[in-house]
Amino acid sequence: MSSTTPLLDVSGLTKHFPIKGGFPIRRTVGAVQAVDGLDFQVAEGESLGLVGESGCGKSTTGRLITRLLEPTGGRIAYRGEDITHAGRKQLAPIRSEIQMIFQDPYASLNPRQTVGKIISGPMEINDIHPAGGREARVRELLEIVGLNPEHYNRFPHEFSGGQRQRIGVARALALEPKLIVADEPVSALDVSIQAQVVNLLQKVQRDLGIAFVFIAHDLAVVRHFSQRVAVMYLGRIVEIADRDDLYGNPRHPYTRALLSAVPEATVQDEGVQGRERIRLVGDVPSPINPPSGCRFRTRCWKATEKCATEAPPLVQVEGNKPGHLTACHYPETTDVPATVPAPRLAKDPEAAA
Amino acid sequence: MTPPTPSAAAPLEVTDESVAKSPTPSTHKGSEGRSPGRLAWNRFKRDRTGVMSACIVGFFFVIAVAAPLIAKLYGKDPYTTYASQRPELLNPFAYPSGPNGGMSSEFWFGIEPQLGRDVFTFLLYAIRNSLGIALAATVLTVVVGVVIGTTAGYLGGKTDYLVGRVIDILLSFPSTLFFIAFMPVVFGLFVAPDEEIPTWLRATALIIVLSAFGWASIARLLRGQVLGLREREFVEAAKVTGASPGRIVFKELLPNLWTPIIIQTTLMLPAYVTAEAGLAFLGVGMIDPTPDWGVMIARGASFYTEDLTFMLFPGLSMVIFVLAFNLLGDSVRDALDPKSKR
Ligand SMILES: Nc1ncnc2c1ncn2[C@@H]1O[C@H](COP(=O)(O)OP(=O)(O)O)[C@@H](O)[C@H]1O
Ligand code: SF4
Ligand SMILES: [Mg+2]
Repeated sequence: MSSTTPLLDVSGLTKHFPIKGGFPIRRTVGAVQAVDGLDFQVAEGESLGLVGESGCGKSTTGRLITRLLEPTGGRIAYRGEDITHAGRKQLAPIRSEIQMIFQDPYASLNPRQTVGKIISGPMEINDIHPAGGREARVRELLEIVGLNPEHYNRFPHEFSGGQRQRIGVARALALEPKLIVADEPVSALDVSIQAQVVNLLQKVQRDLGIAFVFIAHDLAVVRHFSQRVAVMYLGRIVEIADRDDLYGNPRHPYTRALLSAVPEATVQDEGVQGRERIRLVGDVPSPINPPSGCRFRTRCWKATEKCATEAPPLVQVEGNKPGHLTACHYPETTDVPATVPAPRLAKDPEAAA
Repeated sequence: MTPPTPSAAAPLEVTDESVAKSPTPSTHKGSEGRSPGRLAWNRFKRDRTGVMSACIVGFFFVIAVAAPLIAKLYGKDPYTTYASQRPELLNPFAYPSGPNGGMSSEFWFGIEPQLGRDVFTFLLYAIRNSLGIALAATVLTVVVGVVIGTTAGYLGGKTDYLVGRVIDILLSFPSTLFFIAFMPVVFGLFVAPDEEIPTWLRATALIIVLSAFGWASIARLLRGQVLGLREREFVEAAKVTGASPGRIVFKELLPNLWTPIIIQTTLMLPAYVTAEAGLAFLGVGMIDPTPDWGVMIARGASFYTEDLTFMLFPGLSMVIFVLAFNLLGDSVRDALDPKSKR
């Protein structure tokens, strides 16, 4: 592949879930604008973190990329090939290269299949015959993800959450993918186990050169994992940048708010002066009827008339390094630590997050 | 998306107490996994009522299968009217001359009043025929119900809507009434009114009519289960790896549906046994001289005031069988789905 073609190229990706209603004749009465015009690229071997509050459309994005959902609009290209509306048969050659790790380790493994069957299933479906046989390959994969290869014949219910997630990783690796979409792979796990699984994924990414779209709901998890980070809010990307740019120079108010929720210790060593805690007030607006203009304006402390009428484009605003894009009319600056009027923002008295 | 709690759709997950407490596989030796089915089997083995009922039910099935062999060893058949050659077997009122319905070392269960057939072989074949019909109807019902239910649930949309309405109609139908009124009509479709209806046709028609009304309940149950299951992430995981819809239904979903299927089957079979007997009793099912539980009970009912013994054998055996099978069904359900236990 030419180096100019990114592994994954997403442009204008949109997913609206129709809302059916009405009596006696059911018809579409509205739409959940779960994902509304995403643009991003993932280079080969790169890890992109996708961060945002619950309900902002991260999982939908992941399912669109893996083609579990049919996009309403936009374009998804894999190695330059348009797969936006590819059917199952058409997708077959690419299928094995894009895999997914799921959020819920209890729901993502079939309770009636042994670990061996779960991991060898993908090879069976794609008619792959590894040298030495499938069973040997499964044992090898179990070894890679840090499980005992002798557990080949065990059933999922015999494993803990962390171990199950490792099985999920092994299944994703079975097809030797080039891209893995990991949808909050650790958020259902105990905090003590999260780090282990993240380390495993990191090892996998480095050793096998697999590109990741790593979905998380806070910036802390993604921080050590992703070279690039995209912050989502209500179905749109509000800021996307290389990791250090994003953590060191957050320009979007929402990114700032998210960063301030990350525990101090991990933020300060990045050279950013101890920033004050920003607590977002109010709820995330409904994606059925999102705010006009900038979608963050109902919770933004800097919102003006312009924010309500004009949607800010995702561009490289002044003071950003190349590749650092922000969608805000009044981007934040590092040297002015939050010019904050009281009603929209409260200072959090407790420093511990 | 969802908290990691096992949903009701797959009630067979972490249910072994020892495993639930220490989910680390290192807690037991060996590499062989304990499958959900194995755990259920272990639970079942501990249930005494269940094991006993299973033995009784098994005994009935063995009898049914071995009926010709037993009859041969015993040296009689259910059709011969023994009293016509040996009139001394029946008294002048055509009731068995011996005590207890004519029970003797020669006629173990006695002699049938009026015609003088052998009760023992007649009952053997009655059990064989009745169980055969009920089993065939159950199998057909379950197959049709599973195929329609899972397909509708997995496809969803218009198919699901249509199937759902058909199920609603079938379930709201007074099926017993329908059987009585329409069985003759069904026979009439195949045979001219003055012709004799062949036995195989009666049996086949019964099986088909019973199944035609029976599949709806199991289909509805499975449809609901599939609706829950298909949203689960392991189905998505299979799709991501490129699994075909057929593979998803049969390899991913069906193994998770064995619990409700087995439970439904164990409930359905005794229900069909009684239904089949009921129809025969009412004269719209199997008829004399075909040996059949219902036929026997119907005949017994016509002279139970004079000869209770003849009524007793089919009646008791049927009560024992249905009771044992229902208890077995309960035990199977408890073993497969321990959460349903009160
Ligand atoms: N199948 C669906 N039908 C209708 N709405 C959906 C569906 N899936 C997700 N949504 C809605 O889309 C929005 C984004 O959901 P999701 O992508 O799961 O968010 P996240 O993963 O970021 O928490 C939510 O408002 C959710 O209710
Ligand atoms: S565009 Fe306006 S409302 Fe939106 S984040 Fe920037 S300042 Fe806030
Ligand atoms: Mg999600």
